[in-house]
Amino acid sequence: MFSILQEYFSYAFVVRALYVGIFVALCSALLGVSLVLKRYSMIGDGLSHVGFGTLAIAMALNLAPLQVSIPLVLLAAFLLLRVSENSKIKGDAAIALISSSSLALGGIIIAVSTGMGADVCNYMFGAILAMRISDVYLSIGAAAVVLILYLIFYNRIFTVTFDESFAKATGTKVGYYNMLIAFLTALVIVVGMRMMGAMLISGLIIFPALTSMRILKSFKSVVITSAVLAVICFFLGMVLSLIISTPKGGNIPPGASIVAVNLGAFCLFLIIGALKKWNAGRKLRQDLKEAAK
Amino acid sequence: MNILSCRELYIKYDAKAVVKNVSFDLKDGDYLSIIGENGSGKTTLMKSILGLIKPVAGHIEFQGIKQIEIGYLPQQTSIQKDFPASVLEVVLSGCLNRHGFLPFYSSRDKKRAQENLENLGIDQLKRKAYCDLSGGQQQRVLLARALCATEKVLMLDEPVTGLDPAASEELYTLLNKLNSEGIAIIMISHDVKSAVKYGSKILHLKTEPLFFGLASEYGKTDVGSKMLRGETHV
Ligand SMILES: Nc1ncnc2c1ncn2[C@@H]1O[C@H](COP(=O)(O)OP(=O)(O)O)[C@@H](O)[C@H]1O
Ligand SMILES: [Mg+2]
Repeated sequence: MFSILQEYFSYAFVVRALYVGIFVALCSALLGVSLVLKRYSMIGDGLSHVGFGTLAIAMALNLAPLQVSIPLVLLAAFLLLRVSENSKIKGDAAIALISSSSLALGGIIIAVSTGMGADVCNYMFGAILAMRISDVYLSIGAAAVVLILYLIFYNRIFTVTFDESFAKATGTKVGYYNMLIAFLTALVIVVGMRMMGAMLISGLIIFPALTSMRILKSFKSVVITSAVLAVICFFLGMVLSLIISTPKGGNIPPGASIVAVNLGAFCLFLIIGALKKWNAGRKLRQDLKEAAK
Repeated sequence: MNILSCRELYIKYDAKAVVKNVSFDLKDGDYLSIIGENGSGKTTLMKSILGLIKPVAGHIEFQGIKQIEIGYLPQQTSIQKDFPASVLEVVLSGCLNRHGFLPFYSSRDKKRAQENLENLGIDQLKRKAYCDLSGGQQQRVLLARALCATEKVLMLDEPVTGLDPAASEELYTLLNKLNSEGIAIIMISHDVKSAVKYGSKILHLKTEPLFFGLASEYGKTDVGSKMLRGETHV
């Protein structure tokens, strides 16, 4: 098995996939913590579907995909944030509306222009092994932006995530930081979508945060664990998709196996978390018994 | 010198007026208690002073005070039950507002957080998860956070709710000390007797103000004497 892996890792396209994947996974996980805690998970999902629609437009018009996607997804992020802050419209319903409309529109545009081919499948489920060297540079650039801004604003992101009205009342510009989170998310989604696919990128965003929250109880530990978990799960998922061949001789799509590994990690942490709770309860009962004696 | 003036405030939720005709001034070093029965608009008034709710009419003006110099203890927070945050992380977040562009907490911030943890007797909890604490402990953590944020004004929405009598007494003493150091205090309270005993001014609200003036005058009015005798409905 190791010799197979060694062979794979000698291919430039596999190495490129690893670079892109690690950076995208890391950034997604960092942003995911805030998105999950702010109940913005659906925004991530919605944005990835908008991303699919914009890619379809780019393909139909023969434009560079990212030049179309980045501004449009940023715009969508801005709109979705507005919608979810406006309590008069039901936020989640509006997001579902925008996201399924984008998918539908994308589907129609593709059917009319290029037809449903392998390209479409790639955009839906990702084409991580088709990353070019420019994708590597792009993901490194995006990761640098996300990491630096996240580090600089880490404490503010915590405060705004933990208690928005306190932050606002004591003079933190909450709107800016919400916008920052949404914009960084849009960036990560556009960059990550080509690797993971529009259907699966939101899994990369929310899973690590949800998983680490099963066990860890401080914000810092959740952020760090999410980042580490995301990279490990990405790597394992990638390896699995390379070495497991299906009965029909194909491979599991990497995006799918990465999300599956994330699901596995989530279940593991869920069980450990439950055991920890049970253990703490048992210890408490024992202590009470002894105190009663 | 005036630090806050509210003029003819009028605040609505949907179509219902919740606060009407509220005008008052606050001076440097004042200690204002806002009292009134449940649903009389106290929380709403405080939120609009803080800029969290926009009044339909009237205006609110701070003089010589920036938003970043205000500490705030909310009544009910929107904090989720299972939010992963340690007590220290929560208390430190109160220091954030004075930071400018500095990304991390300074040693001064950490010292201040430590002092407030000790002031409120929760130093031993600082590594615990906020969500695992009891209601009273959580209240103290949020109080410590509010104290960290306080530079000139401290606004408290029912701070003694959830505290036992001894802890409430300690809190009142602490507030008096802060007040004597020049911090203006605006506090919403159900405890009318303590409000009169410790505060310098009283605002009795029932959508419209029933009384605004010196705490020492409050007992002499009709409403005030009834409230102090424990008749809550006036
Ligand atoms: N978010 C809200 N939406 C609609 N009505 C509200 C909201 N918050 C409070 N109210 C109503 O406004 C009135 C005043 O509430 P509040 O200011 O919380 O009173 P108090 O703090 O004095 O108990 C109450 O009748 C309450 O039902
Ligand atoms: Mg209230």
